[in-house]
Amino acid sequence: MKSQKQGTAPVGAVMVVGGGIAGVQAALDLADSGFYVYMVEKMPGIGGVMAQLDKTFPTNDCSMCILSPKLVECGRHLNIEILAPAMVTGISGEPGNFKVQVTQPARYIDMSKCIACGVCAQKCPKKVPDSFNQGLAKRKAAYVYYPQSVPLKYAIDAAECLYFKKGGKCKACEKFCPTGAVDFDQTDKSQEISVGAVILAPGFKPYDPSRYGAYHYAAYPNVVTSMEFERILSASGPFQGHLVRPSDHKEPSKIAWLQCVGSRDQNHCDHSYCSGVCCMYAIKEAVIAKEHSKAPLDAAIFFMDMRTHGKDFEKYYWRAEEEQGVRFIRSRVHSIDPVPGSDDLALRYLREDGALVTEVFDLVVLSVGLEVAPDVVELAQTLGLELDASQFTQTSSFAPVATSRPGIYVCGAFQGPKDIPQSVMEASASASAAGELLSAARFSLAKKKPEYPERDISQEAPRTGVFVCHCGINIAGVIDVEAVRDYAATLPTVEYVENNLFTCSQDTQEIIKERIKEHNLNRIVVASCTPKTHEPLFQETIKEAGLNKFLFELANIRDQGSWVHMHEPERATRRAKDQVRMAVAKVSLQQPLKEFELPITKAGLVIGGGAAGMEAALGLAGQGFKVHLLEKKEVLGGHARKLLNAWTGEPVLPYLEGIVQQVNDHPLIDVHLNSEVTAVTGFVGNFVSTIATGGKEIDVQHGAAIIASGGHSYKPQEYLYGQDERVLLSLEMDQALKEKSALVTGAKSAVFIQCVGSRIPERPYCSRVCCTHSVENALHLKEINPDMEVFILYRDLRTYALRENLYKEAREKGVIFVRFDPENGPQVAKLADGRLQVTVPDPILGLPLTLTPDVLSLASAIVVQGQEKLAQMFKVPLNNEGFFLEAHMKLRPVDFATEGVFVAGLAHYPKPIDEAIAQAKAAAARAAVVLSQDSIHAGGVVAQIDPEKCVGCQACVGVCPFGAIDYNAREDVCEVNQALCKGCGTCAANCPSECITLLGFSHKQIYTQIDEALKELSFSLDEAAGG
Amino acid sequence: MSDQEFEPKILGFFCNWCTYAGADLAGVSRLQYPSNIRVIRVMCSGTVSPHHVLKAFQKGADGVLIGGCHIGDCHYLRGNYMTIKRVRFLQDLLKFTGFEPGRLHLEWISAAEGPKFAQTVRDFTEKIRKMGPARLKSARAA
Repeated sequence: MKSQKQGTAPVGAVMVVGGGIAGVQAALDLADSGFYVYMVEKMPGIGGVMAQLDKTFPTNDCSMCILSPKLVECGRHLNIEILAPAMVTGISGEPGNFKVQVTQPARYIDMSKCIACGVCAQKCPKKVPDSFNQGLAKRKAAYVYYPQSVPLKYAIDAAECLYFKKGGKCKACEKFCPTGAVDFDQTDKSQEISVGAVILAPGFKPYDPSRYGAYHYAAYPNVVTSMEFERILSASGPFQGHLVRPSDHKEPSKIAWLQCVGSRDQNHCDHSYCSGVCCMYAIKEAVIAKEHSKAPLDAAIFFMDMRTHGKDFEKYYWRAEEEQGVRFIRSRVHSIDPVPGSDDLALRYLREDGALVTEVFDLVVLSVGLEVAPDVVELAQTLGLELDASQFTQTSSFAPVATSRPGIYVCGAFQGPKDIPQSVMEASASASAAGELLSAARFSLAKKKPEYPERDISQEAPRTGVFVCHCGINIAGVIDVEAVRDYAATLPTVEYVENNLFTCSQDTQEIIKERIKEHNLNRIVVASCTPKTHEPLFQETIKEAGLNKFLFELANIRDQGSWVHMHEPERATRRAKDQVRMAVAKVSLQQPLKEFELPITKAGLVIGGGAAGMEAALGLAGQGFKVHLLEKKEVLGGHARKLLNAWTGEPVLPYLEGIVQQVNDHPLIDVHLNSEVTAVTGFVGNFVSTIATGGKEIDVQHGAAIIASGGHSYKPQEYLYGQDERVLLSLEMDQALKEKSALVTGAKSAVFIQCVGSRIPERPYCSRVCCTHSVENALHLKEINPDMEVFILYRDLRTYALRENLYKEAREKGVIFVRFDPENGPQVAKLADGRLQVTVPDPILGLPLTLTPDVLSLASAIVVQGQEKLAQMFKVPLNNEGFFLEAHMKLRPVDFATEGVFVAGLAHYPKPIDEAIAQAKAAAARAAVVLSQDSIHAGGVVAQIDPEKCVGCQACVGVCPFGAIDYNAREDVCEVNQALCKGCGTCAANCPSECITLLGFSHKQIYTQIDEALKELSFSLDEAAGG
Repeated sequence: MSDQEFEPKILGFFCNWCTYAGADLAGVSRLQYPSNIRVIRVMCSGTVSPHHVLKAFQKGADGVLIGGCHIGDCHYLRGNYMTIKRVRFLQDLLKFTGFEPGRLHLEWISAAEGPKFAQTVRDFTEKIRKMGPARLKSARAA
């Protein structure tokens, strides 16, 4: 806040430019931690590119299904104001107090009147290519951006509308609109908005491959881009999810993916960088296409280096090849030619053995790269920001979300090409940065959540409403959802039933609320996906309609229905009916549950004093929260101390010394060196952790915890490591370079071996940093001695995203790259004359290559050790490789399912320092969401003992894992402390008199579900079998 | 009921944190398994009392499948230890009464084990199909 004028309080509002997943996350984090957010989106609805994707890797989650709840949350958030379509046209002021000019083009629809009935689009005579569907389908000039759009309001495309083109004719939409929402007199609006900070999340534009002459994208309809293919696969796409090719709607039997179109290529597009995401999305598209295809589908991916460097990506790649049979062909395809007399396409390519091959495919997908859109470059000019050579934002590795202009932050693909989890982390990181700048203004403009008056239903008989979701074709493609709806209408207590295309969409939330009022409903069942992801959304909806949120039940007919009984539609429908019947019976017995409020300890505990831990601590302290920072060793700094440079060439040590100083000087940070956590009790908002320091133990109270316990280098047994001092690990090479050791300055030849301990069955993951690290160090060696012979022996070179420029520079400077296959890897020996010898078969030449380096650097894996103890204490999971497992790989990359606990740095997955810092700041933002609240809600699903029936046997006391039950000797009964109870229900199952009820899962409810589950099953199955 | 086509009734009690999530993952991964199962979601496998299981058999289940977190992974620390004890006790009890104890099955399936979930349901359904209708039910029907 240096640059802020003395005495002026910062403005407690932030502008987020861009409504894609990054913008949405940044907006939610800020709005949830006490700031008012203006979200400026250039399209008529938010969602960005993620809304257009079919599935997401590596979990194959349906993209819309996981995004939609976040969009809805944004749309309904009290402290987020969406301006769409809108553009930023100017800015003045300074950090903490900006004035931003925003222009909103006329929509020609009065948003307050539009009910999204779609009559305007129905009546509109003008068809235009639908940009949301990548031009593969048509929409009207009066249109809604996409069916789940937020806000769900129509717009008139003035560039296409006949009224505007033909001077006052047509107006069909106006004539038929039932609410008089069409307003042709609207004009573009400009306004000036005061905010304290700006976060840029404008995203990317898929590369237009028309410029690749030999691929004939513009000429051949069956050459499509990967974005077009996403729409082809999508259930809400132009072909309703049926896998067909555009020219003749034939189901393809052979599809090829061509990688690096518009990436790693200066000849066609001047994009020397790697787009970082295309390898994974191509594999995903190939796997999903194979799933979609009724007949066996041949899927082939033509690539240069397979870059599956993210968490769980390598396993995904292996499975695609070994289990799903996707073919991977290491070759850059020369040209695509038409096959005369058909719509097929012939690919000509060189095989690795040098043979020229021609192969015919039905459909070719160009894996197009990511680039910065021209209007975003313009925006950067308007805001006065520096961009790099590829027009991504210029940032430092040590401040990855700060632009060149203080108070303006960046996240997502405009910062550099990246995938969704990385964008989400940066989004939270930029929220943390803005929160630090504006912490004095927290809650100055943000409104507090209204309390919704709860309807007293104690005198009402159950009146249940059942909403059955189509989920596009995800459910309706298998299950007869109309039959399920009609069946539900026959069930006891059911007063109202309805089908929805997407029950989770924002307009359906409004519909549910209306139906509750219209029909005086007091119980709601939604038959759709899983309660694990969607229960909170629907609970919030019924809460707004005045119902206690526990009067709700989800029947999972998708994840545990249509998706797992895809080939048995009748049986899947019967199962869906049964699950709906069970849900209705259960919810009919449900009574409103009370929640109460508990205070929050406004302090954080950060475990690990490396770069990630310190950045997380500074992030929290900068936002005004007390922090306990724990380090196992006697100094702060962790592995960053051994690191020479960030990949951008910025030296690490001065940065590290700077933050150590800041941490030590910060009045809100207590540093505990030589310390470990030995016990944790409590829960979100109210943890008590025991910290042991040199035999002494103290208890600290904290409301949130961030685990940043770091990782280690794998110490190889192979390649003479530890037996010959010329064999170094990457970090030891850094040390040798720093000390200008004779080992490196005197070397005439150097060899790097990649993937030492990574990407092997015991460690089936890529360590992400090693390729870039070796290339950096190879460049350092070339700098010391340009004549030094430097070889990098690799499997796939994974200098992802902008790091690719280093690879290019290394090749230009004469570093020699030799690829090897793991089954035929390098051999290292010490010769009789003392020299080191490395032999490796060169797959291109087919001959063994023999090298005698003076120094050998091993790119060894990043591993984690002993995370189990922390995991157990905080009740958070680890994955098979020992890394902490986040709540959701895509959208919750720093959260755990256990509330109030977060993760950052190498403890989560191998990553370079810039990404570790971004994740640490993200963890700080997520923790700040907890710590900025006044209180947390407790109660709800907890155990309750009926003192009338309890005989004081204390069978429950011993089985409670949380010590939440006490025996009251005076009354001779047991009692539950609801603040400590976590709602597992073990006590309820153990109570011999069944006098303990787990609220929400009572004995009566379980017995009823058992009855209902078994009641009609035999009947329905007999019927299915024709009996 | 037709003789050649016995369709077993399987009731699943799955814990919210691991097996229920593993079942969702099986869905996300589109792993197919027989549709004979009906699922009751519970917070912890330790919530399933012996009464619940007996009630299920009484009401005509041919098989009961309980799914929980792996030992050490329980969201509630040690709820699943209780589950083991109860399942062993119940199986002894079933055996004592002359009822096949194999009709009650306990499996640890994590949130990341979609394939294991699908395989478990497939295997258990086939096993019960081979065993034929539960005798309690036949007695009831007779």
